[in-house]
Amino acid sequence: MTRPFNISALALALLAFAPAAHAQSLLNVSYDPTRELYRDVNQAFIAHWTAQGNPTPQIETSHAGSGAQARSVIDGLNAQVVTLALASDIDRIAAAGKLPADWQALLPHNSSPYTSTIVFLVREGNPKGLKDWGDLLQDGVEVVTPNPKTSGGARWNYLAAWAWAEKNGRDPKAFVADLFTHVPVLDTGARGATTTFAQRGIGDVLLAWENEAYLALAELGEDQFDIVVPSVSVLAEPPVALVEANIADDAQRKLATAYLDYLYTPEAQALAFKHYYRAWDASAADPADVARFPKLDLVTIGDLGGWAKVQPEHFGDGGIFDQIHVAK
Amino acid sequence: MMRAPLIQRSAMPGLGLSAGITLSMLSLVVLLPVGALLWQGAEFGAANIWDTLNRDRVWAALWLSFRLSFLAAMFNLVFGVLLAWVLVRYSFPGRRLLDAAVDLPFALPTAVAGIALTALYAPNGVLGSLAADAGWKIAYTQWGIFLALVFVGLPFVTRTVQPVIDEIDAEIEEASASLGASRLYTLRNVILPMLAPAALTGFALALARAVGEYGSVIFIAGNIPLRTEIAPLLIVIQLEEYNYGGAAAIGLAMLLISFLMLLVINLIQIWSRRRIGHV
Amino acid sequence: MSDATLHRPAATRPSFRRPTDEAPALRAALILVAVGGLALLVAAPLAAVFAEALAQGWAASIASLGNPDARSAIRLTLLITGIAVPLNAAFGIAAAWLITKFDFRGKAFLITLIDLPFSVSPVVAGLCIVLLFGANSALGGWLVAHGLPVVFAIPGIVLATVFVTFPFVARELIPVMIEQGRAEEEAALTLGASGWRTFRTVTLPNIRWALLYGTLLCTARAMGEFGAVAVVSGKIRGQTATMPITIEMLYNEYLSVAAFSMAALLCGLALITLTLKTVLELRHADSLSANRRH
Repeated sequence: MTRPFNISALALALLAFAPAAHAQSLLNVSYDPTRELYRDVNQAFIAHWTAQGNPTPQIETSHAGSGAQARSVIDGLNAQVVTLALASDIDRIAAAGKLPADWQALLPHNSSPYTSTIVFLVREGNPKGLKDWGDLLQDGVEVVTPNPKTSGGARWNYLAAWAWAEKNGRDPKAFVADLFTHVPVLDTGARGATTTFAQRGIGDVLLAWENEAYLALAELGEDQFDIVVPSVSVLAEPPVALVEANIADDAQRKLATAYLDYLYTPEAQALAFKHYYRAWDASAADPADVARFPKLDLVTIGDLGGWAKVQPEHFGDGGIFDQIHVAK
Repeated sequence: MMRAPLIQRSAMPGLGLSAGITLSMLSLVVLLPVGALLWQGAEFGAANIWDTLNRDRVWAALWLSFRLSFLAAMFNLVFGVLLAWVLVRYSFPGRRLLDAAVDLPFALPTAVAGIALTALYAPNGVLGSLAADAGWKIAYTQWGIFLALVFVGLPFVTRTVQPVIDEIDAEIEEASASLGASRLYTLRNVILPMLAPAALTGFALALARAVGEYGSVIFIAGNIPLRTEIAPLLIVIQLEEYNYGGAAAIGLAMLLISFLMLLVINLIQIWSRRRIGHV
Repeated sequence: MSDATLHRPAATRPSFRRPTDEAPALRAALILVAVGGLALLVAAPLAAVFAEALAQGWAASIASLGNPDARSAIRLTLLITGIAVPLNAAFGIAAAWLITKFDFRGKAFLITLIDLPFSVSPVVAGLCIVLLFGANSALGGWLVAHGLPVVFAIPGIVLATVFVTFPFVARELIPVMIEQGRAEEEAALTLGASGWRTFRTVTLPNIRWALLYGTLLCTARAMGEFGAVAVVSGKIRGQTATMPITIEMLYNEYLSVAAFSMAALLCGLALITLTLKTVLELRHADSLSANRRH
């Protein structure tokens, strides 16, 4: 007698539970280096949201390579918010019909609440005297970078080198081709490249996100590495967006919108500074966190022609990056 | 000569049940997903598939993957049979520990295996620095890839051969010895042929596994195009381009080559068994 | 004279060499190669994993396994393994029975189809499942609309795990069952035993070690699989992150103690199943040697 009752009670409980859990939960699908940032942001946001009289929401995050994450969302990963490395990855999600094509205009600063740039991580005391991009082509210098074909960060590395060559009257294609002959190991992701450089002792310089370089310094030893800031680098703008197609109801829309807006508040911006990102609003940030970023000439993706042009031209199948390897 | 019927009549029970389970699982788990891949390839078109494959970099990666997988499987074949023999037939201190260690390459997630192997065999690693003193670079060269592929395929041959050695009748060896055969002659001409089908099975599995391996290899390979770039990495690269067709093309090419290799191995097995008269 | 003497301690062994033993020098050399090879290939990486896990002491290592996300990952991995391995064993027995007890055309083709999942790169295996069950496929769309998402949920992870471990049990059983032939089963059937009874009392005792080896391999691999599962899991912390995926996430967060502690735990879990095997072996040692004696 009791068994059918138990099963139907269970089914009822599941049915009652599912929609309730849905409305109060949010999945943020992000890329690799933002784990520490979003752990803090989620905590702060939950406090902020409940302080306004809302019930405690459940904020989930998922981290992997930016492109792989975008593919997962296209294939049905139920993310309400995406915070990826490259605008071109979110463009792909838009092309699949999951969010409007003009998504980047919907939030301030090209929908990028924080930015970063590419710097050099060198061994303590900079024994090879590497100051700028041109120095990387010296004989015997080994450069570690992830593979631009598989890592969003590595595309910025490549583009920063390209931009420097353009500004300094060098043939950019020949310059990057020469640069990649100095690369002994092409890891598939940024973290792998950091390990290869820092723990396996390979190479003289690591091309890295500024925030990753600081993190590596903090985690792996300040006394082992130095950060060198080149004269020219890129302004990397990791964008965020609301995934329209995965919003279940108005309550969830309200939560997701508030979450993205929160990223632009002084409190969240201060957290971004703390995690070594170059954010926009320093009003609530620790001045020491802001002061550690040296000024440098930053080229934007717009200066290079925009992702729609750069992506296929440089990194597409048979693009310039493929050509420099075949030409060897 | 009359053509053999599709299924020969047999007194054995359970044909319907075993065929039912086998075919339905095979369809759900293997045929449907692989069919989806074939469908993706078909949509991409033969001309596009050929364009994707016919490049120096792709040929180099395929050649590298299959060549090193074959060498690693050969190594595992010899070492695996030896290991199985030692584990079953000899008693020595630590034998059970050794037996337990054989499966560990499977339990260790491939990425952890890759990181651990790289840490050991990198130029500043414990074993890598020894090799470096001898002028031998292991990590970030083809040797590193070989090492990782040996690691992931290690348990196969041992674990397929072990139960067969367990089952060998002592009488057969005794008969051989009493007929005056030397121990080496018995090992080579009596024991080894008995182990051959299982060993070949293990070899085929180790080979197939090595060809597709990605997680552990990318950490130790160096991934330099034309030199240390493996074929599965090219699939990942195509996916990063959102080029599912291109990924399917390389995936299908690898699948086809592996399938043909496995088919040949399985045919050799069945054929040799018929000749010996085991069936 | 029985084979059981091989496992007896050296003291009771006769001092002369029996004709079915190898020369002591050859024996020592073989053992040395086996031990040395395993030390370089398996023990060294394992030691590296444990060294990293214990870099900050036992307490830090154990504490890292206690947090809710880690516990959820361990539970998920055990659940997935618990579903995938029995499925695999059932399939393996059925397939081995079909292949070794009946004669039909296309046998090599069928065996090769069973092997096929191995030759598919785990990345492609994940891709196949996404192509079939993803939101953009007809089947996947229909399933999601009916509240049964496969990809980025537990069914997808189970499917990926069964896929990568597919041939293990079948491939382990087939050579042994071929070696044994059909005579014993045929005799039992002739004496009037039913099909099930024949399988339980004649076939199963003969194949149990192979079945055990196959299941162990399958268990180890099911727990350790990363590549294919990574594609279909969605990597949501506390929900769809298995142990290998959690290890990768922790490693990427520079939490190497936590990452390697969990890797060490995975090895430990594999060792539990292996210990089980050893216990079974010891308990059934008599029947094992009896089996050889006949």
